[in-house]
Amino acid sequence: MSAVLPNNAPPAMQESPGLWTLAWRRLLNDRVGMVCLAIVATYLAMMLASYAGIVARDWNKEKGVSYANPSFMAGAENLEAREVTNKDFGSKAKPVDLSDIDPLAPRYKEWEERAAKIAVTEVKRAETLPFGGDKWGRDVLEKAIKGSEVSIFVGLTAALFATLIGTVLGAMAGYWGGRVNDFLEWFYNIFTSIPYILLILAFAAVFKRGLDTIIVILALTGWTGIYRLVRAEYIKHCGREYVKAAQAIGASHLSRMFVHILPNASHVILVQLSQHVVSFIKAEVILSFLGLGVPVDMVSWGTMLAEAQNELVIGKWWQLFAAGASMAILVTAFSMLTDSLRDALDPKLK
Amino acid sequence: MATEQNLLQVRDLRVTFRIDRHTSFEAVKGVSFDIPTHRTVALVGESGSGKSVTAMSILGLLPENATIPAASRILYGSEDLLKATPERLQAIRGKDISVIFQEPMTSLNPVFPVGEQIGEVLRLHMGMSPKAAAARAVELLSEVGIPDPQLRVRSFPHEMSGGQQQRVMIAMAIACEPKLLIADEPTTALDVTIQKQILELVARLQERHHMSVLFITHDLGVVGEIADRVVVMQNGEIQEQGAVKDIFERPQHPYTKALLECRPRLDRRPMRLPVIDDFMKGGGAANYDERPRGVKESDAVILEARALNKTFFLKEGLFGKRAVTAVKDVNFRLAKGKTLGLVGESGSGKTTVGLTLMRLHDATSGEVLFEGKNLLSLSDREMMAYRRRIQIIFQNPYASLNPRFTVGNILTEPMKIHGIGRDQKERVDMAFQLLARVGLPESSFYKYPHEFSGGQRQRIAIARCLTMKPDVLICDESVSALDVSVQAQVLNLLQDLQDEYGLSYIFISHDLAVVKYISDEIMVMNQGEIVEIANADEIYLNPGQEYTRKLLASIPKGWDATRAAA
Repeated sequence: MSAVLPNNAPPAMQESPGLWTLAWRRLLNDRVGMVCLAIVATYLAMMLASYAGIVARDWNKEKGVSYANPSFMAGAENLEAREVTNKDFGSKAKPVDLSDIDPLAPRYKEWEERAAKIAVTEVKRAETLPFGGDKWGRDVLEKAIKGSEVSIFVGLTAALFATLIGTVLGAMAGYWGGRVNDFLEWFYNIFTSIPYILLILAFAAVFKRGLDTIIVILALTGWTGIYRLVRAEYIKHCGREYVKAAQAIGASHLSRMFVHILPNASHVILVQLSQHVVSFIKAEVILSFLGLGVPVDMVSWGTMLAEAQNELVIGKWWQLFAAGASMAILVTAFSMLTDSLRDALDPKLK
Repeated sequence: MATEQNLLQVRDLRVTFRIDRHTSFEAVKGVSFDIPTHRTVALVGESGSGKSVTAMSILGLLPENATIPAASRILYGSEDLLKATPERLQAIRGKDISVIFQEPMTSLNPVFPVGEQIGEVLRLHMGMSPKAAAARAVELLSEVGIPDPQLRVRSFPHEMSGGQQQRVMIAMAIACEPKLLIADEPTTALDVTIQKQILELVARLQERHHMSVLFITHDLGVVGEIADRVVVMQNGEIQEQGAVKDIFERPQHPYTKALLECRPRLDRRPMRLPVIDDFMKGGGAANYDERPRGVKESDAVILEARALNKTFFLKEGLFGKRAVTAVKDVNFRLAKGKTLGLVGESGSGKTTVGLTLMRLHDATSGEVLFEGKNLLSLSDREMMAYRRRIQIIFQNPYASLNPRFTVGNILTEPMKIHGIGRDQKERVDMAFQLLARVGLPESSFYKYPHEFSGGQRQRIAIARCLTMKPDVLICDESVSALDVSVQAQVLNLLQDLQDEYGLSYIFISHDLAVVKYISDEIMVMNQGEIVEIANADEIYLNPGQEYTRKLLASIPKGWDATRAAA
């Protein structure tokens, strides 16, 4: 048949741009989308830098006085720092001599000599820190940067996994219908009938405490809503003629599910993904608060917010502000980015 | 006729749609026409001609982004509807001017019984009491010819057929005895037999209620049966207007001539159908020879269905099942290089036959022999080799192309699946050749389906099938959704491809004129069974069955000199 086709001059060859290339080009034209992309990228870069130890390596050092003021309000009174100072050097009374009844008395001198050999340099604690300090005098800004590492990592990874589980199960239930759908619906119903917190507690009891555990817990409990939406979307699209047309040209089940229908359901999935990133960052806060979250030697926006509760009473607002603002900016930028991404992926919107 | 009064006068109507800050689109460019009292005016044009926009501006139902300059006027009596307040328009709509839309299913509210919906109109505009309105609803239903109106007032829209729903819409429209009824393609979504009934109903009601009717359609055949005056629109401008007799017997504008000629006729079968371009470039239709059609006993058979059955099971109650036989004992043969037309009303099982042949549905029983091999007994793996040789073109070109794929993706995907072409470069080359073959520019390769018109999309769907070099092509209502002129182009394309590659077609349609034009042999189906199979000319000259005769009688005849006399 090709022999009888009119042999045109070969068209100017260029690789046909795929769905994603075109989506990227459309995203480039979306100013809001690009700004949001830049913000999210900055956050990710910051997170990676802190992971690599380039920034905020010594977030755990007690650099300032307790509740050090932010540098821009250096003049404000800091009662808490003075209290601590008073405590340390408060008792000037001569201690009672107990050397005759103290069995360790002969060794004090030796110990003191030994201690003197170890150089202890008392760091001069700063009165102010760039964005203030927490109770232990740690830099809040560095804490927030370090905390992003845990929060973003947990939020993004858990949301990605939850979306993956929800999408695959939803696609299977919606596409195959029948027995597969019955089984998955049954599983979904059982799963959602268990109270959420109880389920998390059960998972937490089984796994050891740590970052990976939180991600697993959130992913394993968070897929249900996405599953339902994706399933509905697949049921709707399965009956469409373009899917029948794909079957007619011999496209396999897998190809129909993920090459043909998935891009058409991608808007639902993307919006769900962004909502889950947000809610998982918050869920990490709750888990940390319940003592099931990150270990005590780590910092996350969640633990910062938990600490901030008590600080707010004594008027120390900067820790709350640092954690809250970092979270708010990221979450807003991220959900606006997914909106832009959804528009970019829809060829009908220009 | 000389003392005729005008109910509505449209003067220099211009409608511009603002698309974004910089671009706007003028849909209607200075249209003037009159609607006389007690007359039917037909507004004819293809999609995009601005006919619906014109009608919607009469009702003040244009979308927000439409602007109409102050010089345009729509005079209803002495009142300019374009300057009327929203409250005044609200009062006029439904009472003095009412409208019937194309899709009855989407125009009726699915959660209310039809009687209540008719009653609502009466209570709102006529101030009737609920009781009086309910009684009047029954009368109206009986007037539009719905059997058992006493019972049917309590029916929900989904319990009625498409034709009955359209009757309910008409009942609502005439409930307040309007002076003008606007019918926006009221029969396009309906079968021919139902279309005929609805047309007769509108004509009868117009007579009885002394209404004027503005009938919007793309089908000149319908116009000839119903209209007194015809207004032909193209690209937002009126090309010609006049009495129906003049338009049909002495069309002046080439566009009108083209519209009249490009619809397949029952009495002639040219080698190619005339298309609009033939007329617009001057001259007239090229005078083609008649194309001989028909199947002989000696023709080689490529596809044969034997005792094909398809039963669907509907769930009923908790455990019950109800069997619905969609296809019953269907036997036919498709000759190589010929076209088998398959006609029937909606629900007759013709689409199911098409899908079953391709194994897009599993048949309940029967055999489909393709070159002697039973396709229905093949495993999925064995079927793959045959899949590419039988292809299908669906009805709705808007739904059958994946909106997220570029045309390039759409065309190269089947080649990838079936291993046609050595590498991507060769496949892309072939895709470009096929685009040229179906008459689309090269740039189409990078575009998305929504950037094309209906006819162009159908060409893309045809090109997709051609990538697999099929032997049999099933066209499932493939031209039904297209405008008459575009339909002629696509039919010509299909015919050219058959002449060139020797394809065999199964052409499924409810439009008997189209089927008659394209088919060698015609198979008539009714309620899942084959009523009659015969050569195309024979079936039209001597229909053997009552049902076939009924179908043939429903075809719009277009202009008929006897009507003028009547």
